Amino acid sequence: MENLLVLPIVIPLVTAGFCLLASRRIRLQRSLSLFGMVALTIATLALFDAVRSEGILVIQAGAWPAPYGITLVADRLSAMMLLLSAIAGLAVTAYAGWSVGERRERFHFYPLLHVLLLGISGSFLTGDLFNLYVCFEVMLMASFVLLCLGGERAQLEGGVKYVILNLISSAIFLTATGLLYGAVGTLNMADLSVRIAQYENREVINSLAMLFLVAFGLKAALFPFAFWLPASYHTPPFAVSAIFAGLLTKVGVYALLRVFTMLFVGDPDFTHTVIGILAAASMVFGALAALSQKDIRRVFAFQIMSTVGFMALGIALGTPLAIAAVVFYLAQDVILKCNLFMLGGVADKLRGSGNLDKLGGFWKTKPFFSILFLISLLTLAGVPPLPGFWPKLALLRSTIETGEGVLVAAVVLAAFLTLFSSIRIWSGGIWRDAPPPDLEPTDLAEREKDARWMMVPAAGLSGLLLAYALAAGPVFDYAEAAADQLLNPQVYVQAVLGEGN
Amino acid sequence: MVTWLAMLIGGLYAAGFYLMLRRSLIKIILGLAIFAHGANLMILAAGNPRRVDVDVKIPIVPEGAEQLLQPYADPLPQALVLTAIVIGFGLQAFTLALAKSVYDRMGVDDVDAMRDPDLTEPPTRRDAQELVSHEELDSVAPAALPGTAVGS
Repeated sequence: MENLLVLPIVIPLVTAGFCLLASRRIRLQRSLSLFGMVALTIATLALFDAVRSEGILVIQAGAWPAPYGITLVADRLSAMMLLLSAIAGLAVTAYAGWSVGERRERFHFYPLLHVLLLGISGSFLTGDLFNLYVCFEVMLMASFVLLCLGGERAQLEGGVKYVILNLISSAIFLTATGLLYGAVGTLNMADLSVRIAQYENREVINSLAMLFLVAFGLKAALFPFAFWLPASYHTPPFAVSAIFAGLLTKVGVYALLRVFTMLFVGDPDFTHTVIGILAAASMVFGALAALSQKDIRRVFAFQIMSTVGFMALGIALGTPLAIAAVVFYLAQDVILKCNLFMLGGVADKLRGSGNLDKLGGFWKTKPFFSILFLISLLTLAGVPPLPGFWPKLALLRSTIETGEGVLVAAVVLAAFLTLFSSIRIWSGGIWRDAPPPDLEPTDLAEREKDARWMMVPAAGLSGLLLAYALAAGPVFDYAEAAADQLLNPQVYVQAVLGEGN
Repeated sequence: MVTWLAMLIGGLYAAGFYLMLRRSLIKIILGLAIFAHGANLMILAAGNPRRVDVDVKIPIVPEGAEQLLQPYADPLPQALVLTAIVIGFGLQAFTLALAKSVYDRMGVDDVDAMRDPDLTEPPTRRDAQELVSHEELDSVAPAALPGTAVGS
């Protein structure tokens, strides 16, 4: 059963290789790619099921015992994130064939997409900080190329900002890793959890915690490290934006969640207070900035920043309910953000622009598309019974329990602003009458056909959001169990290091 | 030796940050490279190289012995640094290629002059005189571009 842990890394790698072999045949690449993603989804589903029934799964590469060898671990959080990234990858692969364009597909779009998934899966599975760095770099390298693929002016401009800020984050991560190794002499996360707790000099550990906060905060797009995100996410094709929005910042949030529940828990009065302040600023600033934007992808990009703030707030509070809320938030947000960008792509396909001034009139002509958009917007706003509501409710409740009036005000304000922003997109982009069209009618027929196919994966993800709404109870139970594993790292430590520890 | 190493690492970080605060893309990339090398040296320092001395052995099992003799220097940071150097090399190659294509496409090296002219006021700096708009670039044959002429 442990061997399942290798599959989420091996399947994308093999698929990327086969896609490269078929590099001149785009149709074959599309089918290979889709097949690879289906296989990845099945493998992660099996892993998810195994972790749910058997607890934490561990494999030591080459049977070298931890903390000396390379360890792969899957607990409930990792297994859930792996499954979600496979689902998002599957949806984006199905979407890309109709939206990315043959030119980009010929320039190795599919192999890059699989390498991106490889890096993401590796980040979720690894039990070692240095391997986390390596997996981050694999993921980043693929994302750099995907972002710049096509070489349009705006892409290069956004790409420069994205590349430089992410490289700075990587260098800070590397520095922090080196210093941590110098201080405690290990990088295996289970071993670190034990040794950091025994380390007597709190100042050293707190400074390292802040370095990791900056490094992961930059990846997760936490205020004030987030400005690369709205500067770059609106430039590549919508398929690329969708997979980035769904997964990349969540990897940063995952790393924050891991590090600040397992490693740096000795002085929460300092570390978790700093996270709380950044989280509150992120929530409110992101939601406010989203209101000032016209381009639909820039609106969603600032919404990502706000959402990351909500999740970071849960990490800062650190109570079982708050961590469970973060896990639930992650579970629906991967699907939601991916879906929002894919639906934005459909609107862009139909009108030739993602600007809110050019959209509108969909309610009369495209009711099915409008309803898909409505489901996602209401989830974003957090309207019950859609899945966006439950984690927000749990977060608000755990914030009220701490008695911090400012944080409660920030949560309520950010939730309100997000609702306002969703209404703005709905009324401006979908509901109101259409502005005069700019497109040629002959071109329009072809675009309509592509858009219809692009709606298929979007409809699938919207259906998944509705399923979350129906199964909110079981999902929350799962999230609570995942939070329990995160907050009691001794189970993780025992699974990795063996019974003796 | 560790004191000198610490000063060198500090110097590399300072030089890297200074270069990254500049507006020229090439200088930013050089700054990143220097910063990354500082981080690599930092990991090496975590392995405590001072200890490889008269009474501390390199981590190789001596002839006739079954295992390493205490005390020995920690070999793991060197493996980590090797990995980090390889990754850094790939990333720097990519960023340089990106800078080259930015220069070919826009004819500028200044990150402030790179902004999309549709979104902001046109830049007023001297460097921006070379700035060519998107449409003009598309209508010109590749060989006639300012970037390719200078760059190749």
